[in-house]
Amino acid sequence: MAATKMAPRSPIARDRLVTAGGLAAIAAAGAIGLVLFPNDLGFLTRVLATALLVLSLDLVTGYCGVATLGHAALFGGGAYASGMLAAHGGIQDPLVLLAAGLAGGLVTGLVSGLVILRATGLPQLVLSIAVVQLASALANKLSGWTGGSDGLSGISPGPLFGRFAFDLWGQTGYLLGVALLLVVFAALRALVLSPFGLLCRGIREDVIRVGALGARVRPALVAMYGISGAVAGLGGALSAVTTGVVGLDSLSFERSASALVMLVFGGAGSLGGALVGTVVFQVFEHAVSAANPFHWLTLVGLLLIAVVLFLPRGLQALPARLAGLVRRRAAPARGGA
Amino acid sequence: MGLALGIATDALAYGMVLYIISIGLSVTMGLMRVINLAHGAFAMIGGYLASWGLQSLGLGYGTAILFAVAGAVLIALPLERFLYRRVYGTHDPLPQVLLTIGITFAIIGIANSLFGPTLKPIPLPEIFRGPVDLGFRTVPAHRLVVIAAGAAVALGLWLLVERTDFGIRLRAAVDDARMASALGIRTDVIYAAAFALSVALGALGGVLGAEILPIEPYYALRYMVTFLVVVSVGGAGSIGGALGAALLLGLVDVTAKYLAPEYGEFFFYLAVIAVVAAFPRGLLGRA
Repeated sequence: MAATKMAPRSPIARDRLVTAGGLAAIAAAGAIGLVLFPNDLGFLTRVLATALLVLSLDLVTGYCGVATLGHAALFGGGAYASGMLAAHGGIQDPLVLLAAGLAGGLVTGLVSGLVILRATGLPQLVLSIAVVQLASALANKLSGWTGGSDGLSGISPGPLFGRFAFDLWGQTGYLLGVALLLVVFAALRALVLSPFGLLCRGIREDVIRVGALGARVRPALVAMYGISGAVAGLGGALSAVTTGVVGLDSLSFERSASALVMLVFGGAGSLGGALVGTVVFQVFEHAVSAANPFHWLTLVGLLLIAVVLFLPRGLQALPARLAGLVRRRAAPARGGA
Repeated sequence: MGLALGIATDALAYGMVLYIISIGLSVTMGLMRVINLAHGAFAMIGGYLASWGLQSLGLGYGTAILFAVAGAVLIALPLERFLYRRVYGTHDPLPQVLLTIGITFAIIGIANSLFGPTLKPIPLPEIFRGPVDLGFRTVPAHRLVVIAAGAAVALGLWLLVERTDFGIRLRAAVDDARMASALGIRTDVIYAAAFALSVALGALGGVLGAEILPIEPYYALRYMVTFLVVVSVGGAGSIGGALGAALLLGLVDVTAKYLAPEYGEFFFYLAVIAVVAAFPRGLLGRA
């Protein structure tokens, strides 16, 4: 933390300031999107759903040190739970559908946490891949319930609060997404600053020492996986409610990998980093693939390589890096001959 | 009976392709401790170069393989020197994942713009095309070639690692890089050589296996996970473990695709979870 230059404030006051600043930034960015890009609200809502997935991945990867390439299983769990309730159960209330997504993600998170946390290191990464591939193969096989490779359609949520319909412009869905992100961000800030969040960060730093201090490591990690699943499930449900379809891509390996890429791109272990990484990466991808369909993947690849080389801690370290450069420039001028 | 034999030959051939490609990945992951998600991209480069050599340059099959392997190594060595070396053995695997996914994306994009999105055939020479009568059954000659090549790679690697001076240095660098370099072993040269070996094996497998894993731009992403899984199930850095894992997973995958194709990869990944749960370090992994 670059806290040395700030006026002396208590850590709690500083944490509150960061939370408030983050909320303000999300609200401001949300308003900018609504005013400046009224024709791209569908794309921006997808970004919001992905942001929930990446935040949820940050909880286990950034705060607990569990590397996973299978996190889309949790997103898909929520998306299918909410989609199947709407398509087969005939439920239309969007808030109920979101709650179903949350519950579906929570259950998927607990189950996959129990599997993935059996190993560490590379085998753990491979278990996480196996979990998402297994989920995807199951969803494909159970096509009677999930629609298989055609996708699950027939999700037609009623108006939000009985008043705001999900129309073609996607304003309702977009605003719902922004509101959801605000609530989740505030809740997760409280979570990672809580004693439980501290315990998880301790596990990431030194699992043996935390165990020796008497903490129960595995239950804490599984609990975090459950919470992470609930957040990812909300993202899945948001995507199901606003797009009206759930496809197999919602629990694909590709989605898992791109979520990890966005997280590391923004900076794992920081909620703001996760959000910035998601938004910048997706907007970059969107713009570049529209501008140059032949070379966009090459450019995305080069961008990732550049981040590893020049910003190994992700975009969230950029301000500190720039400040460091400026200071180094300025220092010889002041101190020199 | 006929079905069982058909499954067995296909499984053996598929397993050997997986083995040739994955053992290359196992070398980098076991030695340099890099999660190299770009390994499939190197196999794909081998396939593209072989296809180009055969179709446009008029090379023979054997020459095309040599051309592909040498070309892939030449492309990969600068990447090793300037990119991979920065993330060797880092405690945090995330930069490795990001870097190697970035390299994969870039290679896919370049392959797509140079060669187009279509499948690239690697025509087999006449003698490998026809069926071969084994007395009790006829099998495609190509399958036998792949199986023989896999066995040759396994034997050759074992000899290289266990019986040569290079192998001794390699094992010393694996066990304790700092001590090895203090004893005068040029570990950076060993690393570069091992990386080249890894890419060469990947490219060889990409060419030989093109009948089973067809060459197209998204090859690098599509099969990357499979190779990673084989290495992990076998235990990173273990020649025998990778062979066992490749044959076992090849058998599971081919059997499931013959008998229950509608389940897709379900049984393959079920087997992966079962093996990792039973052997958390892989079949023959080092402690």
